[in-house]
Amino acid sequence: MSIDAQNEGRKGLLLVSPTFAYAILLLAAPLILVILFSFWTQDYLDLDTTPTLANYKEAWTAPLYRELMLRSLRISVLVTTVTVLSAFPVAYYVSFRVKERKALWLFLITAPFWTSYLLRVFLWKVILGYNGVFNSALLWAGIIDEPLQFILYNVNAVVITLAHAWAPFAILPIFVALEKIDRSLLEAAEDLGDGPVRRFFRITLPLAIPGVMAATLIVLIPTVGDFITPRLVGGTEGLMISNMIQVQFGKANNAPLGAALAVSSMFIVGGLSLLIFLASRRVGRVAED
Amino acid sequence: MTAANADKPIITLDNVTRSFGAVQALRGVSAEIREGEFFSLLGPSGCGKTTLLRMIAGFDEPTTGTITLDGKPMAGIAANHRPTNMVFQSYAIFPHLSVGDNVGYGLKKKRLPKAEYDREVEEALEMVSLGGYGPRAAHTLSGGQRQRVALARALIMRPKVILLDEPLSALDKKLREQMQIELRRLQRSVGITFILVTHDQEEALIMSDRIAVMFDGQIAQLDSPEALYRKPNTQRVASFIGVMNFLEAKASGEKGDKISLDIQALGKLDIPASALPAGMKSSEITRVGVRPEMMSIVLEGAKSTGHEIDAEIAESEYYGDMTYYLVSLPGKDEPVTISMRNTAGRAVLEPGSKTRVSFSPESIVVFR
Ligand SMILES: Nc1ncnc2c1ncn2[C@@H]1O[C@H](COP(=O)(O)OP(=O)(O)O)[C@@H](O)[C@H]1O
Ligand SMILES: [Mg+2]
Repeated sequence: MSIDAQNEGRKGLLLVSPTFAYAILLLAAPLILVILFSFWTQDYLDLDTTPTLANYKEAWTAPLYRELMLRSLRISVLVTTVTVLSAFPVAYYVSFRVKERKALWLFLITAPFWTSYLLRVFLWKVILGYNGVFNSALLWAGIIDEPLQFILYNVNAVVITLAHAWAPFAILPIFVALEKIDRSLLEAAEDLGDGPVRRFFRITLPLAIPGVMAATLIVLIPTVGDFITPRLVGGTEGLMISNMIQVQFGKANNAPLGAALAVSSMFIVGGLSLLIFLASRRVGRVAED
Repeated sequence: MTAANADKPIITLDNVTRSFGAVQALRGVSAEIREGEFFSLLGPSGCGKTTLLRMIAGFDEPTTGTITLDGKPMAGIAANHRPTNMVFQSYAIFPHLSVGDNVGYGLKKKRLPKAEYDREVEEALEMVSLGGYGPRAAHTLSGGQRQRVALARALIMRPKVILLDEPLSALDKKLREQMQIELRRLQRSVGITFILVTHDQEEALIMSDRIAVMFDGQIAQLDSPEALYRKPNTQRVASFIGVMNFLEAKASGEKGDKISLDIQALGKLDIPASALPAGMKSSEITRVGVRPEMMSIVLEGAKSTGHEIDAEIAESEYYGDMTYYLVSLPGKDEPVTISMRNTAGRAVLEPGSKTRVSFSPESIVVFR
């Protein structure tokens, strides 16, 4: 038995080892490098490898970085909220109201992915721009006299663009969670006196929480670090921490500071995710009281 | 059935039909269910039992026909406003709630003081022998316990009617038999009308005051368990409930309160005219039936009852307390089934033994 198990174990190891090596090479190695960098110092063209916390000190105290980090968090929390809140009704509709061809609906939801992300961002520029589709339509309809300027090159544009881009990633996990709900539970709740609204808050929502959670984390974590969207539609007030990290690694030629900023934001996002995770586990229980 | 309410209808089904596209799940069901009785819907899978139960609960509406509950027509009244509660086949225990909160689910709306709520939940749990289980997580329960929680959750609402959709079918045999007795006892003590859906005829016979036997979306016969067993009015009902031997028969005349029959293998005999279903003429008789325990194998030395024929044992099945014999009768190709109690000193006959079979004319069942 133990010999068998050992054999099995070895065979298993052998089977996963290519994947393992791949993961180490592509994930762990760059990460370790970034962490090492963050403790070094850029000395014009050379790197001074004596360990120091100076980069972290600057990253956490300089008002500019703090402002950018907070703004990134604000934007991504906003994007996540908007995305998850708008994804829930869509997922709910497909799961509960669509009787036939659910697969087709899911397929169509992923349709935006058939084009490159850059293309989609540029499309939003076309839609939201000064002479864009949105303004032209409002002008034509006589609702406004001159083009609105607050819709492009600011935080709003970043939120709209990101929420649109991440919608399918939020819809799918929520849909899966809703699909898993045994429909007889809903009938039992109704049988015991609940109308549709009470039933939703007492059964459907608590049981959908794992999906909502997954959606929240899937959207929140990458959006904090997004840098293309703010660059293209965010103007100056829409810039986020990743734009600064990019600048540090590039033009500013201060890779260690960039690395410290990257590691810091990783920890902040990790901490935030953990908080959300813990909070969501209590929601189900609290809902009943 | 509590005597005071005897025969007062709590539910009236009036020509209820239900179609799902081309499928006619119910083809006109009319029945009265009495207050406080244990009523069963019995029939093979697909005959429309669940459909009917769900319409009483309010999860579905009849295509035509009406359902009246406690004097009120139920059309357009949603499940959450009906005085019925359901025990689901899957039990539908809420996985995110404790056992206590499952049981108290329907009470929450009443906003009772916590002490009173806790007391009611505990009382309901005790009724199903789960006292003290309140704080447990729902997923720690066994199948039998889930079934009890589902029942307590319905009982606590004190509804007019409790609906049970094959509640015992997922349990193993021992537990199922125990729950049958418990359910029956519980129903008697709370006095609430129970409507049980089952495909198990034995279960229906054991538990019910009255049984509606359903085939193909219609009620074939609605009667007490005893009447259903003794006087099934069609061959289909007869063979669905217990075992029945069918024999070709023809009436050869009537004299007073007797009908003379010429029955395959049994020969000529007179049966009471009361055996004839109401409204049927004796000339319409084509087949009759005899239950296995209504015939007996004549053992050596036994006194003759007058009606005896030669027979040969084809096969025997030994069940401990009973032996079922397949017996060949002259003039009939298919052997008949005869059951004998294994009383002290009675030997089990070997296949091939020649013997005689006796029966009484009173045990002959006439089918419409
Ligand atoms: N929602 C539905 N859609 C289509 N056909 C249904 C539906 N519910 C039941 N039926 C059909 O109606 C018939 C009766 O079903 P059901 O009431 O579940 O039978 P039972 O409970 O006696 O096994 C079956 O032929 C079944 O396929
Ligand atoms: Mg059924």
